Amino acid sequence: MTLLAVDGVTKRFKGLTAVDAVSFAVGNGEIYAVIGPNGAGKTTLFSMIAGALKPDAGTVTFAGARIDGLRPDQIALSGIGRTFQIVRPFPSMTVVDNLMVGSLLRHTNMSTARAKADAILARLDLFSQRAKLARELTLPDRKRLEVARALATEPTVLLLDEVMAGLRPTEVDRMVAILRSINAESGTTIILIEHVMRAVMALANRVLVLHHGARIAEGKPGDIVKDPEVIRSYLGTEVLD
Amino acid sequence: MNIGLLLNVAVQGLTTGLVYGLMALGLSVIFGVVRIVNFAHGEFAVVGMYAAFLLFQAFGLDPIYAAIPIAGLFFLIGFALQKVVINPFVGRPEHEQFILLVAVAMIILNLLLMAFGPDGRPINLSYALDSYLVGPLIIDKVRLISSAAALVMSLGLFAFFRLTATGTAIRACTDNLTGAAVVGLDVKTLYAYTCGIGLACVGAAGAMMITIVDVAPTLAPGYTLLAFTIVIIGGLGSLTGALVGGVLIGVSEALMGYYFQPSMKSMFSFLLLILVLAVRPQGLMGTRQ
Amino acid sequence: MTVDVIQHASGDDAERTRMVWFAGIVVGLLALVPLIASRYALSVLILVFYFAYVGQAWNIMMGFAGQLSLGHALYIGIGAYVPALLWLHLGMSPILGLFAGMAAAMLIAAAIGWLGFRFGIEGVYFALLTIAFSEVARVAVDHIPFAGGAGGLFLPVPAANKATVLNLDGGPLLYYYITLAMAVAATALVAWLARSRHGYIWRAIREDPQAAETLGINLFSAKMRAILLSAAMTSVAGVVNAFYYRNLFPAQSFDMSRSLELILAPIIGGLGTVLGPVVGAFILTPAGEALIAVTHRMGLNAPGTKGVIYGLILMAMICLKPEGVWPWIARKLRLGDRA
Repeated sequence: MTLLAVDGVTKRFKGLTAVDAVSFAVGNGEIYAVIGPNGAGKTTLFSMIAGALKPDAGTVTFAGARIDGLRPDQIALSGIGRTFQIVRPFPSMTVVDNLMVGSLLRHTNMSTARAKADAILARLDLFSQRAKLARELTLPDRKRLEVARALATEPTVLLLDEVMAGLRPTEVDRMVAILRSINAESGTTIILIEHVMRAVMALANRVLVLHHGARIAEGKPGDIVKDPEVIRSYLGTEVLD
Repeated sequence: MNIGLLLNVAVQGLTTGLVYGLMALGLSVIFGVVRIVNFAHGEFAVVGMYAAFLLFQAFGLDPIYAAIPIAGLFFLIGFALQKVVINPFVGRPEHEQFILLVAVAMIILNLLLMAFGPDGRPINLSYALDSYLVGPLIIDKVRLISSAAALVMSLGLFAFFRLTATGTAIRACTDNLTGAAVVGLDVKTLYAYTCGIGLACVGAAGAMMITIVDVAPTLAPGYTLLAFTIVIIGGLGSLTGALVGGVLIGVSEALMGYYFQPSMKSMFSFLLLILVLAVRPQGLMGTRQ
Repeated sequence: MTVDVIQHASGDDAERTRMVWFAGIVVGLLALVPLIASRYALSVLILVFYFAYVGQAWNIMMGFAGQLSLGHALYIGIGAYVPALLWLHLGMSPILGLFAGMAAAMLIAAAIGWLGFRFGIEGVYFALLTIAFSEVARVAVDHIPFAGGAGGLFLPVPAANKATVLNLDGGPLLYYYITLAMAVAATALVAWLARSRHGYIWRAIREDPQAAETLGINLFSAKMRAILLSAAMTSVAGVVNAFYYRNLFPAQSFDMSRSLELILAPIIGGLGTVLGPVVGAFILTPAGEALIAVTHRMGLNAPGTKGVIYGLILMAMICLKPEGVWPWIARKLRLGDRA
């Protein structure tokens, strides 16, 4: 069942077409990856889904309703959570308070909100640091915090923007495990922009490949890595070994 | 309606406006490049006025000539101020930068109060009452000279930014700060030059202003706001905008003062500011940044 | 892990209970001060409580929601003139007039907020917008004859048999308790807000508005709430101003120097904290009085001496301790970073 449908979405910035009539559909409970070289338009695509940018053409439909043109907070309320490529925690707030800002979206009672926040912190292995200020965290912890905070809003769809970047292989594996369990236990649909192919292969049900803002391939990870066009424009022949 | 009188009022506003424009130019340069809100701008202008006042009292030096050494002195002050006080604040949150300059303004204003007292001091120029007759227009000699000086200095500034290497480097910082740094420009020192140039304009404008207005410390906050109003209306990042804005405000203040009351003249400027902020924040000639 | 939860939760609660007891004792002592204090000391404390109060009102908007207003004197002025005029011309008790003043202040704040937040006027530009409004008000009221104009509005002292609390007529003693109550109420409100949903939302906006939006926060309505609350609270200070001093001048009520003086206490005490504005007021006002006394004794009678020293203090604070004095003290007393 299609949860999120992106149809012919285009974005131009003064003569540069960043996203060129991209269409795809993500099913409920799927883990869907978006890959492609830098500048392919992936983050711009996310920004349009999340409401930070308005598409110049095309539509975005979520659970049957059009969401393109809505404000980011309206889209978050409707159930789409998002992380940023360069993490943006609230630096002078504690880890738990960071999450509470998220959990307060769905729970007006302060203790309930705090309990939910604590539960997510435990799940993401951040509970021991709950009283630390966000700016005191290491990068891998901040990345987990970013994911945790988005999760606190109890999203139906989670947009993850290069959440593996800068993580060591063991940390990548840890994050992959966390994301898998979130998807399995809560049924959260995950759409992730990734360069770390290890994570893409381990997580994704299907993969979309963008290049120069346009879609050049879509399919199962195993098929995508063999696609000659994808290899030529992005992956390189090493991946075939 | 007496056209002759109206024209005279407008010309008076024009001449004052050119001096305002020079003052606003200083702010446009500082604000536009360093991006620090110089809330002490008016205070520096008034210091310039007092400097000219003192030079006149001590040596009988005509303020218009005094503008030159004053500009030089203020360049050094601006350079030092930026290097020592403001540069450390460049990355800090906006409200902290603001407060820093509010503090500087407070100190300067009150030092002036301590030194000179609150009363207005006039300058008695020998040609203060001379005027030229051009058709229906009666143009005061002091206004003509001060506005001409302001115009000359402004043009000099345009030339500096267009034609010199340093000027181009400074413009590079406005356009693309990271790029400028990457290319190897010493941004912090360029900021210091910018602040120096900006304050030089302010000091000179002050010296020119005292030929038109009696100096008092209480003028300072009004001038700060005036400078900001002009820069925003004329457009951030546009030097011509500062001059155009200055003339616009000068003329509208004069007309307001004529049709309503002199004490109401700032109201129109502020209403215009509110309008511009809401509708066209890049101002008349500025670039959207 | 469970042990951690319990320890931490009780740590929070224990801290808070300690703070409340401490505050209660201090307020109790302050309530008893008039028994021993001189009239002069009372008037100084009235100023302390007054600045603590307006400081808290400004703290909500700047310290929590991160919106820089440098034209807050506008709300003091409105809060002063509206009830004063209602009392003068209609005999309305200032306790009722207060609400009219509040409504007027909130109306103007809504206009400023709408202009600022709807049109994306931020940071410095927003601050200039607030200054512009305040200045327009100043010039306008200067020219409104029935508001007294530049010459000022004077509130006559009612005849002895008509002087009641309802008329807010009383000496320093009455105003001591009024301002003390206001400062306590404002601080309690801020303490509650800090731990409430509103507080979290505002702080998120202050830290990173774009990130806050992705968590479902409506920036416009949250900022509006902040400016409306701040304006309403500030306007009450205007009533006190009007009826305590019994005269109003546009040049004083709406002047930018008034706007600047009320931001000093929260900045020096600590923006975004609960006790910052209070601590700031307790430091600045007596220090100011002491400075005047000392400089007079030294023969420095020039007007402006106090201003120079305030400016130097402000500069030192913003350079060395931009987060304020109170967070530093709180850390030393191990009271947690957000007290």
